[in-house]
Order: sequence, then C-alpha cells, then structure tokens
Amino acid sequence: MAIETVHIQEKVTGQFGAHVRCFEMQRDIFSFEADASVIHEVIRFLKEDEELNFHFLTDLAGVHYPDNDDDHQFAVVYQLHNWVENTRIRVRTYLNQDPEVATITDLFLCANWMEREAYDFYGINFQGHPQLKRILNMDEMVSFPMRKEFPMEDSGRTDKDDRFFGRTPANC
Amino acid sequence: MSDLLLPPEHRYAKIIESRRNEDGSELSILNLGPTHPATHGIFQNILLMDGERILDAEPTVGYIHRAFEKIAENRAFYQINVLTDRMNYCSSPINNMAWWMTVEKLLKIEVPKRAQYLRVIVMELARIADHIICNSILGVDTGAYTGFLYVFQFREKIYEIYEEICGARLTTNMGRIGGFERDWSEEAFRKLNIFLEEFPVAWKEFENLFERNRIFIDRTVNVGPITAERAMEYGFTGPNLRAAGIDYDVRKAAPYSSYDDFDFEIPVGQSGDTYDRFCVRNAEVWESLSIIRQALAKLPEGPHHADVPDYYLPPKDEVYNNMESLIYHFKIVMGEVPVPVEEIYHAVEGGNGELGFYLIADGSRTPYRLKFRRPCYIYYQAYPEMIKGAMLSDAIVILSSLNVIAGELDA
Amino acid sequence: MENNTPKMVAPPEGVTGEGFFATKLSDVVGLARANSLWPLPFATSCCGIEFMATMASHYDLARFGSERVSFSPRQADMLLVMGTISKKMAPILRQVYEQMSEPRWVIAVGACASSGGVFDTYSVLQGIDKVIPVDVYVPGCPPRPEQIVQGVMQLQDLVKNESVRRRNSPEYKELLASYNL
Repeated sequence: MAIETVHIQEKVTGQFGAHVRCFEMQRDIFSFEADASVIHEVIRFLKEDEELNFHFLTDLAGVHYPDNDDDHQFAVVYQLHNWVENTRIRVRTYLNQDPEVATITDLFLCANWMEREAYDFYGINFQGHPQLKRILNMDEMVSFPMRKEFPMEDSGRTDKDDRFFGRTPANC
Repeated sequence: MSDLLLPPEHRYAKIIESRRNEDGSELSILNLGPTHPATHGIFQNILLMDGERILDAEPTVGYIHRAFEKIAENRAFYQINVLTDRMNYCSSPINNMAWWMTVEKLLKIEVPKRAQYLRVIVMELARIADHIICNSILGVDTGAYTGFLYVFQFREKIYEIYEEICGARLTTNMGRIGGFERDWSEEAFRKLNIFLEEFPVAWKEFENLFERNRIFIDRTVNVGPITAERAMEYGFTGPNLRAAGIDYDVRKAAPYSSYDDFDFEIPVGQSGDTYDRFCVRNAEVWESLSIIRQALAKLPEGPHHADVPDYYLPPKDEVYNNMESLIYHFKIVMGEVPVPVEEIYHAVEGGNGELGFYLIADGSRTPYRLKFRRPCYIYYQAYPEMIKGAMLSDAIVILSSLNVIAGELDA
Repeated sequence: MENNTPKMVAPPEGVTGEGFFATKLSDVVGLARANSLWPLPFATSCCGIEFMATMASHYDLARFGSERVSFSPRQADMLLVMGTISKKMAPILRQVYEQMSEPRWVIAVGACASSGGVFDTYSVLQGIDKVIPVDVYVPGCPPRPEQIVQGVMQLQDLVKNESVRRRNSPEYKELLASYNL
C-alpha cells in the first residue's frame, strides 16, 4: 500500500467533512461511504488530487438491499485504481427507493456503459448521463431485473414444471 | 428527450436530411447487423456512412444477455464456476481459476504451491489458446485463411491437454475451492511436453506469414489507433492497452497464484493500432510459453488441493466408508458451510484484460451480489471512436483485433 | 494401410440397363441434396467455437458436402443454430429463417439452442423450437465436433429420405402455420 490509508482518510475528511464516513479496510481494499449529494465531487477529488491520483475506474456496480431502511435501499459502488502507486479504493453511496445520483461520465469515459448497465438492472437514474437507456435487456422491458423481487426464471415458460424443481409458491 | 435516446437509425435519418454533400450524394445508414459473417459474436452496429467512410457508429449489445449476475445470486459458490466458463469461452480455465481465487480470498484459504503452479500452467495455456483464436481470425478477416488452419490444429492439442486434466474441451469447469479435483496424470504432462516442442515451430511459421507481409501490414498499420490517455479513459486493460503503450498487467501489479515466482516480460506496443495489438498478442504467446516452461521445471511435489474439508468435497470412497467424510459431503452440498459476511474484489489478467469479480457475501451458500468486471464490455465502448473516419473493411479488422467475445460482453 | 481401395456407396434402388439407370426422382434428388448441404452458421456463443473446430482441418465438416459456408440465407440449405438465443435475438433468428428458401432444414446445436441449456432465465429463449421448426437437435454443452458431425449425418439421412413433394404437402403447411410463418 503505497499511499497510507490514514493519509487518504485525512485528505478526504478534510475536504468533505461529515459527508463521508465508515472508513475501513475491507480485506485489502480501503473503502468508505459518501453521501449521494457529494459523490461526484468525491470522485473528482480522488481523481484530480495529485497525491491521490486515482485515475482509473475499475468498476461501477449497483446493489439492491430491500431489507435495509428506506434511505439505504440501493447502493452504487465505485472501485478506483491508482496504477502509479498500485492502490485501490472503494467508494459506496446509498440511495433511497427512488434512486438517483449524479453521473461520473464527465470524469471517466468508461462509466458511460457501466452506468447504463446499472440503470438497466436496477433503475438507478444517473442525472446528467448523455444516453441513459437500456443496454443489455430488451428495450421494451419495463421492470428492472436485478432487483431482488424480480424472479430469475421467465414466468411464462411452459415446458418446465416447477414442481420438479422443488419450487412452490411459498419458496419461489 | 435528447437525440441520443432515440434509436440510432432515427438520429442518423435526421442528420441525413439536414446534410447533403457538394456532389449531390447523400449520407447513408448501414446496419452491420447482429448476424454478420465477420463480426465474431453477435453485436450490432448502426453506421452512418459517407460512401465507404464511416462518420458515426452506435453499437447495440445485449443480444446474448444471459443474466449471469442474476443466476449467480441463486447458485452456490461451487456451482457458479460453470457460469464463469461461459464468459470468455475461448480461455475458460482463466475464468475458472479467477473465480476459485476469489472464493479462496473470501474464505481465507491458502492453496498449496503445487496447485498454484498447476493453475499458472493451465492459465497460460488458456491465454495461448485465446491469442491463437484472436490472431488467426484477424488473419482470416484480412483474407488469409491458411494461418487459421495451421494454428487451429494446436488449439486441438490444447483441448486434448484440457481433456486429460478435467474431461472437457472448451467449457472446462476446472478446479475446486482450494485446488484441483485430481492431480494431473502422466499423460497430461506428456502431452504438455509434446505441445511445448511442436507449438513454437508452428507459431514461428504463423508469425513469419504475417508480420512482414506487405498486404497484412497495409491492412493493419495505422488502422484504429488509440492513444494511451484515451485508452485509459475508456477503461482499457489487457493486450489492447499494452498495444497503446501502457504496461499495466495484473500479473505484475497484484501477483496472484505465485506469478511473482516467474520471470517474464510485458510486451508493449506504441501506437495502439491493429498491427500493434496483433504483435503484442504474438509476443504474449512467447512469454506464456516461457512461463509454462519455468513452472514445469520448478513444479514442486505436494498436495493438489488445500486441506479444507469444509469446502472441498472428499473422495467418493471415503464418503461411503467414513462417517466424517459423509457429514462433510452433506454439509458442503447442502450449503451448511461457514461463509463470512464480507465484500471481496479479486482481479486476474484474463485473455482480454483485467477480469474482476466483486463479490458481496452474506453468510449463505449463494452470493448476495456478484458483479463481473468484464473487460470486453468496458473497452468496447471505445469502438465508435476508433472507427470514425475509417473505411468499412477497416472497421471489421479493428473489431477482430479488439478480441471482443460476445459471451463476455453481455454476460 | 491394409486396403486402399475407396469404398463405393451403393446406388439407390433402380433398374439398370444398357446406358441408362432408372430410379425414383426423389432418390436422386435426395442424394444430391444430402451430399451438398450448405450450412448457415448462426453462431452466437461457445458452440460457435466448437463449430470452428469442426470446420477446421481436424474434423473437417467439408467432407460431408458443407464445403461452402453461406452467410446469405437465400443460398443456404441448413441453418445451424449454435449457442444461446436470447429473447432479444429471437426475432432476428426468425427473420433469417424466413429469408431462407425451400428446402431448408434447421439443426439446433447445443443445449442452449435445444432448450435453453443452463440458462433458465428471463432473458434467454428456452429453445429455438419456440420460434422456428427444428429438424435435428444436437445436445451437449458444447457438443464435441464428432457429435456435431453426427447431427449433420442424421440430417443427411432425413434429407435423403424426404419426399420431393413434402414442402407442398398440407402437413408441412400446417407445421409452418403452427409457428405463424
């Protein structure tokens, strides 16, 4: 770990104060949580600060937590990487039931399709995204399939009998 | 609603109406459709063309979306391996081993050295297989069918080695949590040694056919270049990034499975054009052969799997005779194994770049959320920019040289 | 090598005479069609790579008459659907099938094309026989090249024994109507 995690924590809290919290080492990646209102500035700070220099966006994932409280229903997890110092960092932001967050396509070009995928799967609205439409699923689809309430199997399939798969209306 | 949300044909139709060339000709829309002989895999590109030149492109993906991430939320850890095969199916052992390493990271399992070296050997073999397909099909797209026939024979030899190890040719489903299901037989090592003798001769012949070939050079030099900064912005990793000049390789940056025991170089290109991508993949095959030889020379004796009875199925004869093994077998299959509640990200150097698994485990036998960081999906976004201004046949060659695999793109 | 004389295939049943051979039209037509099936490889995923291995020199599908792979539906005889067909792709598959000219045959290669395979999900079509009629199913994930070749050989049997009038018969029209073709 070339950049000390304490140092990252100091710089980020120095810049954003109460909007960032939960700094912890999740195994080998330092991670923290930021508010949805400042997440764009947090990512910009991580990218443009000369010391931190997290210039590569490794991944952007959406997660659905239906069991959490209303303000923490969805999460967007950003993973950034600094190749020069070989350090990774993970930032997550929680969203409520109507998930909306600012886009980071102006900072990282590769976030374009990653955010479209998160929209396609979870319905997370990325404000400011140039082309927020479905990417992997059919355009006519109205529901968001990776949400926990959406079933995996196609409900209209006729050739497979659910009884043989051990699925009942109770556990399916 | 912004123009970009319209279907591309409508957007381009508006542009065509508003613009007319000086000689009276019009722009046109071409559908490089999902079923096209030269696109490897099903992706669609709607192109706005000025004669033979491409002005703008919009890709449509998702024609083979199989909802891997949704399936993974309903499958136990040892069942997800079957899905990972089918992502980058040209080099499935790499995906398999990457998944096992992710699970081992979660469960804090230490894999013995012999298993790690065997994993390195099979991953490098898979990388060779992937680059064989990519480069020979790039040759086919420029019209040179012979190279494909020559080196595909060696892909058959690699399939035979996979069969000795795990029984399957293409979608290997290889390995277990903690190592391999069986130690490699004498036959596997014999076939591997024969491969290491015969393949370099054929690969040298393949290289000689292409690297100084006038026609190939004319078709590929300065075709689809991308600068290093732009490539980084677009999230490129793997041979495409290294062709642009940046030597980022997960095997060197975050060595996994004893890669730091081996001595190898990272071939780097200059201009990021198709010729550089071709040459970088060629050079990587030589490096992979060197790594396999080093691993075989230094292969230690020892167990082929970690001693983790909680997660590794015991041998069948013990299950029938030994009470403890029966109980472990039952617990593993029914999923009553201890799983921590943590988040893990593990990346390996796949055939196309950094293949990452972001796993959120919640203590049950299935992941809560599993995100595949698929390199093809991320760098394919740069395709419209790379083909702007190129001719249609160049667009096909650029697509082949990017090595976009539809299974990994759509997942 | 013990015996180098090539094995001659027996001619169909017929009456031989001085300078003529009389047989049924459907036998001759069947023989010609069966040994020159031009495939349309509709390769979507992993089975497509096994098809590439089948067309390469080791297993060589060209020996069976499939020398010229046709990507144009009008000029192809058999549609080899290899790989998973998702619901987004199904209309395109149907369009390609509709564009093929009679006589046409379909081989579903692989578990995904036959019945959806491992992917019992909302986005995958559970078998291409939901949208187009299929003649031969080749199971496997992916099937070995020998199995794909066996599938083609079974299709050759079907083609050889097919009546010349089949495509105009009411049963065939009923089959197409059941798929809304």
